[in-house]
Amino acid sequence: MDYIANTPQEKEEMLAAIGVQKIAELFSGIPRKVKLDCPLDIPAGISEMELAHDLKEIAQKNLSLGEVISFLGAGAYDHYIPAIVDHLILRSEFYTAYTPYQAELSQGTLQAVYEYQSMISDLTAMDLANASLLDGGSALGEAVLMASRISRKKKILISQSLHPAYREVARTYGRQQGLEFIQLQLNNTVTDLLELDKTIDQETAAVVIQYPNFFGSIEDMNRIENIISPYKNVLLLMVVNPLALGLLRPPGDFGADIVIGEGQVLGSPLNYGGPYLGFMAVKKRYLRQMPGRVVGATTDESGKRGFVLTMQTREQHIRREKATSNICTNEALNALSAAIYMSIMGRQGLREVAEQCCKKAHYLANRINKIPGFKVVNKSDYFHEFLLETDYSIDKVKKEMSKRGVIAGVDISRFDYKKEGLLVCVTEKRNRGELDKYLTVLEAISGE
Amino acid sequence: MSKPLIKEYSSPGRKGYSLPTLDVPDINLEEELNPKFIRQQLDLPELSEVDVARHFTSLSQKNYGVDSGIYPLGSCTMKYNPKINEDIARIEGLSNLHPYQEDKDLQGSLKILYELKNNLAEISGMDEVTLQPASGAHGELTALMIIKQYFKDKGEERKKIVVPDSAHGTNPASAAMAGFEVVELKSNERGMIDLDKLRGLVDEDTAALMLTNPNTLGIFEREILEVAEIVHGVGGLLYYDGANMNAIMGYVRPGDMDFDLMHFNLHKTFSTPHGGGGPGSGPVGVKKFLTSYLPKPVLIKEGNFFKWEYHRPHSIGRVHSFYGNYSVILRAYAYIKALGADGLRKVTENAVLNANYMKAKLKDVYYLPYEEDSLHEFVLSASKQKEKGATTLNIAKRLLDYGQYAPTIYFPLVVKEALMIEPTETENITTLNKFIATMINISREIENNIEIVKNAPHNTTIKKLDEVKAARKPDLRW
Repeated sequence: MDYIANTPQEKEEMLAAIGVQKIAELFSGIPRKVKLDCPLDIPAGISEMELAHDLKEIAQKNLSLGEVISFLGAGAYDHYIPAIVDHLILRSEFYTAYTPYQAELSQGTLQAVYEYQSMISDLTAMDLANASLLDGGSALGEAVLMASRISRKKKILISQSLHPAYREVARTYGRQQGLEFIQLQLNNTVTDLLELDKTIDQETAAVVIQYPNFFGSIEDMNRIENIISPYKNVLLLMVVNPLALGLLRPPGDFGADIVIGEGQVLGSPLNYGGPYLGFMAVKKRYLRQMPGRVVGATTDESGKRGFVLTMQTREQHIRREKATSNICTNEALNALSAAIYMSIMGRQGLREVAEQCCKKAHYLANRINKIPGFKVVNKSDYFHEFLLETDYSIDKVKKEMSKRGVIAGVDISRFDYKKEGLLVCVTEKRNRGELDKYLTVLEAISGE
Repeated sequence: MSKPLIKEYSSPGRKGYSLPTLDVPDINLEEELNPKFIRQQLDLPELSEVDVARHFTSLSQKNYGVDSGIYPLGSCTMKYNPKINEDIARIEGLSNLHPYQEDKDLQGSLKILYELKNNLAEISGMDEVTLQPASGAHGELTALMIIKQYFKDKGEERKKIVVPDSAHGTNPASAAMAGFEVVELKSNERGMIDLDKLRGLVDEDTAALMLTNPNTLGIFEREILEVAEIVHGVGGLLYYDGANMNAIMGYVRPGDMDFDLMHFNLHKTFSTPHGGGGPGSGPVGVKKFLTSYLPKPVLIKEGNFFKWEYHRPHSIGRVHSFYGNYSVILRAYAYIKALGADGLRKVTENAVLNANYMKAKLKDVYYLPYEEDSLHEFVLSASKQKEKGATTLNIAKRLLDYGQYAPTIYFPLVVKEALMIEPTETENITTLNKFIATMINISREIENNIEIVKNAPHNTTIKKLDEVKAARKPDLRW
């Protein structure tokens, strides 16, 4: 299948209009020296039927989360997505549209993005948000560069309780601009605040804290705010799980300057890590330093409200090498999913999902603590994830779980923590029977 | 009446969601957690499901997509995207996967990723490809970081990136973001690289030249091997911007033109719907000597087992939290599978045929600033129409009145009153003729009834919007 619409006769007609005999003549501008002289080494094309068949067959070599009970989290979360989300984003006027360069024919996308920006601003209690960034990790990369531009300083204090992959991406981005990253150590599963107090100084550009953090713990933002606030021109950069903000106090309450995070939890499927949704919300005074697109409301000639891409002078196609970032394609469709998800869940729904996640996680953790040989590490409050330590081998736990169709959690030995343990996540999708199954397996191991 | 915002439908207590009843013993979170952590107020709207369905359906009706009609945006490659790709991206066994599942449980998807990166290497003539970057510009940034690291390891601190004045705006922005200085190279009168000027510009401080071929005028840089020799002669690297790949597939490969590294725009060339501005995907391909710098983890094959390798001491690091925009990658894989080598070549041929047909039909009505042969896109100028009092922007807005989307305008910057047109291969002659007729008609209107063009659009649901007000008094949220 090649999806070409013109018939051979039509092609002839077109060649005649151009004034050439053969299609090959249109490529005469390519010198022979560089021209490919053999076909590409790619198998011959197939029909739609074969394609669907082949890919379903390949899919069978995967273990999908539909076949197991998953306690995996660590930055990618298995939440229920109401059916309406996919139905609406599958309206082709949305998903086959381009970046809304011609506002008059793109009011749908533009208004939806404006609503998305508004809801992200509400959720984070920040002044305003942009139209999306590539994902949580790269949004942090953009945010540390932004903090450095604003403060005109290079030193970034970044907590080790922050997602290890996010720290890696931030370092990759920051290295190019000579940023210096100082890692704040852990105290149990939260940022060591004594160390923060000792390390912060007037040279600091930003302090980066995740909330809830990588281990699910809720950092004491009031104390962190108190440590930072005596220092002038030191930005508080928060990485948040937007779903948790249904229950937890928002970053705006703690004087955050820049808030970023992963918006996958707001209606995007897991998709093996992408496409996800980086979001960013900031204080109003940083608008002109903010990377990425923004949509603004304005009026048309008849006074009717309408929406446009605005503040474009910050962007790559206007300022070129002086732009605040190179963002061009972003994650517009995921932002639309998030707007629909937040609309359908609403004020109460977001609260209830967050509460169910939190309550179910606490049910599991509290019972795990009663099983000899197993212990939840988190001493401070946590949201829907916790770190599980065991006297037994992690491999054994994983194996025993897997035999019963359970993925026990994320083995943190894959990261840079000199610690062993399983990061266990409980979303609203896990029911009592599944949680009890988890406990049964641990009890069996413990009783051996 | 303007369309209400979703918040304006909100009614306290209304709800559209349902959740299972909590089946674990209830706890009071104000007691379980420190009450100072608990949120008191949240202002999201409260709506029923039908409210949400009607609101977003009505928004979609105020939008224009490729399924609505032609989208001749030069350099953006807005082709029609096969629907089967959407179904494939939603196969449970391919989509419902967590990024921290073990490699042994994901051999199907890892095989797909592995095959796709090899296909891209074959199509481009590169040796190795990373699928991690999540957009074209993200790919550029990744490639520039690789360039920087490469020179650093050689003990050189090269600062300059040379970018033609016709380059995509993301090129200079990415270079600056990667900590380079941007040097602009002026094109010659034929819209191409001026070898003498290039020789004068590059030196021991030049890290790379960023180039797309065909260039943004749709013209193939014939002297590309000479360009490569000049850049390599001072020890610099040659970088290929893959935004225009659909002009050359099966005909010529960046690797064979002596480019050292490049990015792809999977969402353009390999057919993923643009989603109103994303998600996209921007894999990066490199020649062998740059392989060790690719972002980690890297997908490898050991015997018949596919796995991620994390130990890459020379890697620039990660640029994405996980492995990139996997579901966009799936669509690209499905697309290449369906087309095969022959189909990819036909894509190129028909993209070029369609563009040349339109150019032939329009070049007498609108001014053609560069007469060189062009491939999949071409640039016209509305300078003749401007003399009569109508601008390119007026023409673009008038096109909307006729239910057709406008070309890319005022780009590339080297052409005054530029109209950059790329019909893509999926449009047929009937659609092209309609667009051509509309463009000719608008030019006639400018002669006979210019006000109707100057005051366009007339037929859209919303009239010309006040962009100055939007920028001066930013209203970015309710």
